[in-house]
Amino acid sequence: MRALTWHGTNDVRVDTVSDPEIINSRDAIIKVTSTAICGSDLHLYDGVIPGVKPGDVLGHEFMGEVVETGSDSTLKKGQRVVVPFTISCGGCFHCKMQQYSACDNSNPVEKQDMSASLYGQPMSALFGYSHLTGGYSGGQAEYVRVPFSDVGPIVVPDNLDDDKVLFLSDILPTGWMGAENADIQPDDTVAVWGCGPVGLFAIQSAIVMGASKVIAIDHYPNRLALAKKLGAEVIDFRETDVREALMEMSGGIGVDAVIDAVGMESHGFAIDNMIDVVKQKVGMGADRASALKQAIMAVRFGGKVSIPGVYGGMTDKWPLGAMMEKGLQIRGGQTHVQKYTRDLLAKIEDGTLDTTFLISHRLPLEKAPEGYKNFKEQQNEWTKVVLKPGMEN
Amino acid sequence: MKQKFATGSGVAGLALATGAVAFGAFLSSRHRHRGFDDGPAFAKRQPPGNLALVGRSVTIRKPKAELFEFWRDFSNLPSFMENVESIEDADANGVSIWKIKAPAGRTVDIKTEVASEKQNEHIAWRSVEGSDIETRGEVRFEDAPGDRGTRVSLTISYDPPAGALGRAIAKLFQREPQVQARHDLKRFKMLMETGEIATSVRTNDETRAAKQENG
Ligand SMILES: NC(=O)c1ccc[n+]([C@@H]2O[C@H](COP(=O)([O-])OP(=O)(O)OC[C@H]3O[C@@H](n4cnc5c(N)ncnc54)[C@H](O)[C@@H]3O)[C@@H](O)[C@H]2O)c1
Ligand SMILES: [Zn+2]
Ligand SMILES: [Zn+2]
Repeated sequence: MRALTWHGTNDVRVDTVSDPEIINSRDAIIKVTSTAICGSDLHLYDGVIPGVKPGDVLGHEFMGEVVETGSDSTLKKGQRVVVPFTISCGGCFHCKMQQYSACDNSNPVEKQDMSASLYGQPMSALFGYSHLTGGYSGGQAEYVRVPFSDVGPIVVPDNLDDDKVLFLSDILPTGWMGAENADIQPDDTVAVWGCGPVGLFAIQSAIVMGASKVIAIDHYPNRLALAKKLGAEVIDFRETDVREALMEMSGGIGVDAVIDAVGMESHGFAIDNMIDVVKQKVGMGADRASALKQAIMAVRFGGKVSIPGVYGGMTDKWPLGAMMEKGLQIRGGQTHVQKYTRDLLAKIEDGTLDTTFLISHRLPLEKAPEGYKNFKEQQNEWTKVVLKPGMEN
Repeated sequence: MKQKFATGSGVAGLALATGAVAFGAFLSSRHRHRGFDDGPAFAKRQPPGNLALVGRSVTIRKPKAELFEFWRDFSNLPSFMENVESIEDADANGVSIWKIKAPAGRTVDIKTEVASEKQNEHIAWRSVEGSDIETRGEVRFEDAPGDRGTRVSLTISYDPPAGALGRAIAKLFQREPQVQARHDLKRFKMLMETGEIATSVRTNDETRAAKQENG
């Protein structure tokens, strides 16, 4: 089959690789009809996530048709499914608590040691990401082997186009959980850093959850314009002092809740120093956390901090005093996708959520490298790239 | 290779005798909290006795009885213990032969008997005379709080002789035994909770290649 493979920093290619097969009885094989490039993929493209190997098939946002099933899969050939990017068994301690992205059993044992020494306990598995999270082949390919296919994939009705439901795989639940983790109350003013796909869905979710005001922060006019269309007020951080503006816009209280939808590659600031210890141990650089630090300063006393943006290692100059003295509640995490797919599908069906407004480009799989390059370098115009393996080149 | 181990068995036998006492003390200290510090013995900076001890616990969302029953059928162990190639049914004396993978595609035999057991609570086994290496192990099953299932603790001790023999045995355990024990227990958990052992390979060929590399 053809698949987008990683070869190094800024080097991804479409190669011919072996077709996936059923390995375990709960597996299914999906023929991909649509798959997207995510901000998380850019962290791999930029080489800031350790444990990626040349030849790895990337992609964790995908959907398609069931073409093969293992003996214990509950799926049927021909069904259209969207696949969560988190691989979860459904039966362990964490899955039973609906903390699917912390599943005990999806990351192969021999891959668990590295993240266990980094975080105290091992990470669970994700599609198309690092070998820290299992090294599973991803969805930017013609076919994917999907483990635990009786738990993850959600069957979608034929009358909903791929573009409408594809983002159930990641960024829609991620934006939703980002807003949920901000514990939004009716009178709240919520500030969202980053108007990429995750930020935009967090903004939309915060509005649906009844926030009284949502303020979006970025520096790309086109992305800010999308936020504005959703009903947010916007701040361009290149034009305006963010902290001062937020104090004013929240009536001198500070914003009630902040959402960091930027992650470890914050723009507009010098790259932080590498932390030697971590670098030596795992080849991981220090995270650039300037957006998050700004958010912690901007949030009010007793406020809420939600972190859907991805961080992997450590950072220095952390505003620990502000965090403690202000009595903040902080929540983050990879999204528990399986917890949200059903409810969010219903909200797509009844029109509560618009999921197509952010798609800027649709490309055949063969043009995926072009998609990566532009999603990274032309962020203003390239807001979300969907790849279609079946599309004419 | 088998020959070599046999030559060293006099020394190893002596070590085993002293080791056995230490292991007994270790097991009891591990489960009966003594003294002020409640940390388990295998987390001690200085483990009791001279034996190399490795131990681990996992919580498995299944009832004790189900886990005990699966483990007690030793023929199931190779399905999650990576370096155990096969286990024969016990003979009339209750001794079964565990074939352990050794470097260069070889195997070594450990003649094993059940040292003690209590239905649904624990199983302890030990090597007997005529084994290529001296080892003992114990698995315990305890109810976890609420509906969390069962807490399973595995302790394995082996007697690492000095010199070339010791290095050969270390190799035999393939990796650091601590890592091996942890991996084996996690595979057991996967098998019990999900019915399968997670793997990220894409094709069956990759699985076969990986098996050959380990074997
Ligand atoms: N938690 C999860 O499960 C999960 C899932 C998907 C994505 N993510 C993460 O969410 C983050 C965003 O993903 P995305 O797809 O939207 O990425 P993206 O790269 O398209 O968007 C990031 C946006 O942040 C903006 N930005 C950069 N620095 C900023 C700053 N200092 N202040 C304000 N805005 C700034 C950029 O201009 C860009 O528009 C990434 O870190 C990604 O890895 C997390
Ligand atoms: Zn994603
Ligand atoms: Zn699980």
